[in-house]
Amino acid sequence: MANARKIFRRGGLYGLLSVFVLFGAFPFYWMVIATFKRDHDLFSPANNPFLFNEPPTLDHLRLLLFDTHFLTYLTNTFLVGLAVVIITLAIAVPAAYSLARWARGWGETLGIGIFLTYLVPPTILFIPLSRFASALGLQESLWSLILIYPTFTIPFCTWLLMGFFKTIPRDIEEQAMIDGLSRLGAMTRVVLPLAISGILTIVVFAFTLSMHEFIYALTFISVSAKKTVSIGVPTELVRGDVFQWGPLMAGALLASIPVAVVYTFFLDRFIAGFTMGAVK
Amino acid sequence: MSGWQEDGTTVGLTRPGFRDQAGLLAKLMIAPAIIYISAMIGIPFVLAILYSLSDVTTGDPTLRLIGLQNFREILADPVFRISLKNTFFFAFVSVTLVIILSRILATALMADFRGKWLVRFLIMLPWTAPISLGTIGWLWMYDSIFSPIDWILRSIGLLGTPGALLGAQPNLYWLGEPKLAMASVVLVHAWRLLPLATVIQLAGLSSIPRELLEAAEVDGAKGWRRTVEITIPLTLPIISIAFLFGLIFTFTDMTVVYVLTRGGPVHMTQVLSTWTFFKGIEGGDLAQGAAISLFLFPALAGVAALMLRMARRTEVV
Repeated sequence: MANARKIFRRGGLYGLLSVFVLFGAFPFYWMVIATFKRDHDLFSPANNPFLFNEPPTLDHLRLLLFDTHFLTYLTNTFLVGLAVVIITLAIAVPAAYSLARWARGWGETLGIGIFLTYLVPPTILFIPLSRFASALGLQESLWSLILIYPTFTIPFCTWLLMGFFKTIPRDIEEQAMIDGLSRLGAMTRVVLPLAISGILTIVVFAFTLSMHEFIYALTFISVSAKKTVSIGVPTELVRGDVFQWGPLMAGALLASIPVAVVYTFFLDRFIAGFTMGAVK
Repeated sequence: MSGWQEDGTTVGLTRPGFRDQAGLLAKLMIAPAIIYISAMIGIPFVLAILYSLSDVTTGDPTLRLIGLQNFREILADPVFRISLKNTFFFAFVSVTLVIILSRILATALMADFRGKWLVRFLIMLPWTAPISLGTIGWLWMYDSIFSPIDWILRSIGLLGTPGALLGAQPNLYWLGEPKLAMASVVLVHAWRLLPLATVIQLAGLSSIPRELLEAAEVDGAKGWRRTVEITIPLTLPIISIAFLFGLIFTFTDMTVVYVLTRGGPVHMTQVLSTWTFFKGIEGGDLAQGAAISLFLFPALAGVAALMLRMARRTEVV
């Protein structure tokens, strides 16, 4: 009797989870189907849309990879992401360390202040920033994105790293200084190696956040060859009312999955930082 | 024993070098962040306010202040009113939906089962994949002819035959009918936010001490009662945080509406962020665009203030 109830509850759990998995992942399943489906099959309203009624094809992938700028979008995204990661590290690591170690009252306030700037949305900033970009002659240039993306990576990553640095005991640094290292040396040679997992986390976030970004890229870049993947796929593969659904879905799929895999590993830390430490 | 003190002064036998001046180092290391944030967030924010009081356009970028005229014009514009209403409507409906669903999902994910990492990966996809690309998947699902939702409705006889419940036409035109288009936008927002809210709620649930739940069980509180009387009150601060973050994300997001409907049909799904973009960037009227975008600010500031209070309170507990 108790066993039967256990099985019943187990079944309920799996049933519930299946519904949620279906809801979350269905659009991506839908991309997989469209990516490999022949156009004739894809555009026959009578065919079962969930299955392959005709043998699958690689035509859409071929078109995407060789007849569109998709690979250029990926390269652009990667270059922007890399540059944003470097800038974010260079600015956020020292700032976070300074806030975590040397600041007392004002440090906490300043830290929260920096975090709050993360909440100023791009939709308020993008109009003035578009003037900045044109004043600097950076319209249609990836440099405009490299310059502007740290507006959302720096506040967030500084906040996150500050939390990491606070977990490293001060005694370790003091010991290192007794052993003859300078104050700066204690930070770079002793603390930074210990904070490597925190630093890795912000590398991943700075990169994925840059890759996810849509509004600034849409505002500053309109030349096809300069687009990043998040705007290139939705804007370039849809021409007027003609949707090239196969390649479009293939592009969305190929660009989403790798970043989603990496992001999933770091999700918990991301959210812990994000909710200001209220969630641990 | 120490060669340094927290307030930055150095106590030592030898004259301190640059590398040992903690006070100086502290300022030098925080300076780049403050300079960058002031230049790239502070100044643009002030400029947005100035623009909203001026008549600046992309064609004529000189700044002439004209007072509140932009705001008067915006408020008289029916599209702006729809946008304002939609911004709140989309945010509140989708976030409410998300809070309920994420609580159910988080409770299910507390159990141990095989293949959890895969389930987690699939459930998190809407948040971890770039939103513009995820929305593209939905765009195809809402297609006016090939929508799989319509296909299912047709095959179970709810659509496409004379006398069918949802009508005799073969398709529902998800993004073409104003009501359905609004529902479609809400659904995508909810889809996108569910993973975030679930992870937050999971953290809340796992922070409840196990002994407390066991004690409740001994006292005879089970299932529904345990949820209502113990877990919900205990995780209320965290639920509020999920709620506030959800609001911020839906308030400021422009990607979902831009990719799905561009605000259509005839502005019925327009929101403040897309309207800012269409007016300010595509229309070139920087001044009015800035004025529209500023309407997001009071709501955001309120949410941020609430969140700070929350964060303080949870720290105390």
